[in-house]
Amino acid sequence: MSEIKSNIKKSLDNAEKLNETLNSFLKIEREYALNRAEELEKSSDESPLKGFAIAVKDNICTKFSQTSCGSRILGNYRPQYNATAVDKLLKAGAVIVGKTNMDEFAMGSSNENSAFGTAKNPWDTTRVPGGSSGGSAVAVASGVVRAALGSETGGSVRQPASFCGIVGLKPTYGRISRFGLVAFASSLDQIGIFGQTSKDAAEVLQTVAGRDANDSTTAAVEVPNYADEIGKDIKGKRIGVPRALFGEGLDNEVRNAVEQSIENYRSLGAEIIDIDLPNSKYSIAVYYIIATAEASSNLARFDGVRYGFRAENAHRLREMYMKTREEGFGAEVKRRIMLGTYVLSSGYYDAYYAKAQKVRTLLKQDFLNAFDRCDAVLTPTAPSVAFKIGEKTDDPLAMYLSDIYTVSANLAGIPGISVPCGLSSEGLPIGLQLVGKHWSEAVLLNLANAYESQFPLGAKARFSVAG
Amino acid sequence: MKEGWEAIIGMEIHAQLATETKIFCACAANFGDEPNANTCPVCLGLPGALPVLNEKVVELGAKAALSLGLNVNETSIFARKNYFYPDLPKGYQISQYDKPFSSNGELTIMTAERDEQGRAGDWKPLTIRIERMHLEEDAGKNIHEGLPEVERFSYIDLNRAGTPLGEIVTAPDFRSSWQAYDYVNHVRRVLQWVGASDADMEKGNLRCEANVSVRRIGEEKFRNKVELKNLNSVRFMQKAIEFEIERQIAAHEAGEPVNQETRLWDEKNNQTRIMRSKEDAHDYRYFPEPDLQPLTVSKQFIEQVKADMPELPDAMHDRFVEEYELSYNDASQLVSDKDLAAFYEATAQASNNPRVSANFILSELLRELNNADKTAKDSPVSAENLAELIKTLDAGKINNNQAKEVLTEMFGNGKSADEVIREKGFEQISDRSTIEKIIDEIVEKNQNQVVAYRGGNEKLFGFFVGQTMKASGGKANPKVVNEILKEKLS
Repeated sequence: MSEIKSNIKKSLDNAEKLNETLNSFLKIEREYALNRAEELEKSSDESPLKGFAIAVKDNICTKFSQTSCGSRILGNYRPQYNATAVDKLLKAGAVIVGKTNMDEFAMGSSNENSAFGTAKNPWDTTRVPGGSSGGSAVAVASGVVRAALGSETGGSVRQPASFCGIVGLKPTYGRISRFGLVAFASSLDQIGIFGQTSKDAAEVLQTVAGRDANDSTTAAVEVPNYADEIGKDIKGKRIGVPRALFGEGLDNEVRNAVEQSIENYRSLGAEIIDIDLPNSKYSIAVYYIIATAEASSNLARFDGVRYGFRAENAHRLREMYMKTREEGFGAEVKRRIMLGTYVLSSGYYDAYYAKAQKVRTLLKQDFLNAFDRCDAVLTPTAPSVAFKIGEKTDDPLAMYLSDIYTVSANLAGIPGISVPCGLSSEGLPIGLQLVGKHWSEAVLLNLANAYESQFPLGAKARFSVAG
Repeated sequence: MKEGWEAIIGMEIHAQLATETKIFCACAANFGDEPNANTCPVCLGLPGALPVLNEKVVELGAKAALSLGLNVNETSIFARKNYFYPDLPKGYQISQYDKPFSSNGELTIMTAERDEQGRAGDWKPLTIRIERMHLEEDAGKNIHEGLPEVERFSYIDLNRAGTPLGEIVTAPDFRSSWQAYDYVNHVRRVLQWVGASDADMEKGNLRCEANVSVRRIGEEKFRNKVELKNLNSVRFMQKAIEFEIERQIAAHEAGEPVNQETRLWDEKNNQTRIMRSKEDAHDYRYFPEPDLQPLTVSKQFIEQVKADMPELPDAMHDRFVEEYELSYNDASQLVSDKDLAAFYEATAQASNNPRVSANFILSELLRELNNADKTAKDSPVSAENLAELIKTLDAGKINNNQAKEVLTEMFGNGKSADEVIREKGFEQISDRSTIEKIIDEIVEKNQNQVVAYRGGNEKLFGFFVGQTMKASGGKANPKVVNEILKEKLS
């Protein structure tokens, strides 16, 4: 058997075997992937990702596979077109082996909101993998694929990367086309990348980044060669630390690990400076107003009229709408649609949505001020390690707070990366987060690479591919 | 209107901008095609699809605004208008809300009241405030089959979804149905004129809604208003407003409530009827469309659009009156249609006789066109050929009746004036010596009548004209015949 085909077959075999335990894939495309591997083998093209196995979150449109968004309302919906990012991956020779599990419509921080069962953390299957891109994180952490696409609205790549001990990158808003990414909150959404290492993430970013005529919010900013940047000396790089955010709610083990990582960076020659992000305390509130407002509108198209699930036994239009959405959406999605509908309602718009937009501008300004003094801002990625399945399902507010360190980057539109930086006493991975100014992915990837090559985690997930 | 009352009317016009493709995708903006033939992931509202603004919409939107004397805002913002309906695939319409494409304009139109027979009184200028013109996408169309509640099926055709619209909203500045009527006609003609919209109400690419309330003269406050829809022609619109004014006055006088509601024009029964009450009013939850950047329009772009715009009908009207010495009404009729105006101007210049050209076109050509159900654009007689005919008439080579006959012939077979005149043998005889010879013979043969005429029977002059014309086979130039006869008989 040819090399590409045997690699892809191995990836598929592992995916199928591990999926019984981890539930990270909603759909494994064995036949499709093997056919594609065969085609690639025949072609003489030397494309950059030739034969590279990759997993894609199930809210990114693929015409060769389903796109369920982890929701009953879409079920096994099959798109008519590929997302731009998917087309770019295919053009570069990647092989998409399957579609990964996720919180319904990317709403959640634990993967427990998937309509198709929770994906499990491969380090400890009684724990969540994080969310919403939990399935993609697990696929990478368990070694099934080297990289995967996820999506971010408020930390949905970085937080599961932290929980699963891998690299998770959220690029600048407008860096990767959103065309074909099923929208949650359009002004915050961005496709993100999981990699076993920052080099893997950089390789995929190189392929999918860039302006897209189909997405007006992509920018015509040149895409640098990320590989050139990786490996450069980080001596003299200035890392800002907002110590005011290291207080209440932060798990001690996480605090200690992150403090140690700061010292580690110092030992690599980075300059550590104190910075202040005074409006960060509003980030969760602002996020849950803007994200839910946009979601309430973005999810209106799932009405049972044209595609996806339609409730039976509805006799009138209004009844059909109500039953379809009642039965088709899960509890968290409905909660957010209601919240979003409320904050946009006549009489409440100024008090909520308009005010949140103003605070969002202040928050962004905080970061711009900080970047006058430093190249990146370092914080924990999440306030804790992976929590137990079921631990926070009855307390949405506690769940929302697990995104406290990540949502700001989405609100400001800036890039962020999570890198493994230590293990808890129970042997669970802890992540550090670096965020940088707009279009500074290369800087972040280099800082991440410096860390992982000098201070590797030294452990692997319990459920992962042997060897 | 009943003594002591006045009507307060505001208008909303939706004009489809005449682009080839839709506002946010590359699908053809043809909605007469097979249902859903012109659709793609964007206009079907499929998950993950994103809108991209069609630049041509900005150009035609600018043309529309400028042709109505409105400004174009340097920055405008698209917003989502959220509501559920099967013909609205995304569950929201991309429109503009607090930062529209154009705002706070003014427009002066000419308007006249009509009497019972529909005859216009004095035309007077009226300036109305235009609150805004914004750009938005149209929805699709629901088609229902079967009786309500029984075997009823509904189908959705999304060919129209995503076609570009300009919505023009006035302040409540109209005081009569005829003012509103003249306003809609003004807007319709101007949009057609500059090519911004086909603006055909019957085809649905121009739709209007009227907001109507009444109050006693002297009252400051507005009373409840009613929104009128389903106004499928300008005439229906005028009738609906008129009906509504009378209905509201009668209700107020009888002490009955006038509710804030939406009413439809029922053309079969010539009345308005309720569609929905205010209680059903939507909260559209507008917010800025995050999938699109703010729309910025440069001054340079506006200057370019201005430079490319044709002369507008009002300016052309005044020029016709001034330059070609036409009457107000003749000029109005000629500029009622851009092609007619262009046809006229070409004829006037080629014939070098603007007034006869106007008369001939307005009386003769328009009648032929109407009979043939054609317009100036597809006139079988070209402006050049008509000018040739007018020149021939002008030179006295044929008479008026012959000219009309020639035109009819030209209209039928597309031949030139010269050809038809030659074929019909209509070439007029104006040569004095030829006519003199004929007259001499007639005088010779009819000595009795000559004596009687000279004796005072002036009626006989007509007899001599008739005899001369008959002898010349109808070709003699009547003017010359008259002159010579007067000499010979005196």
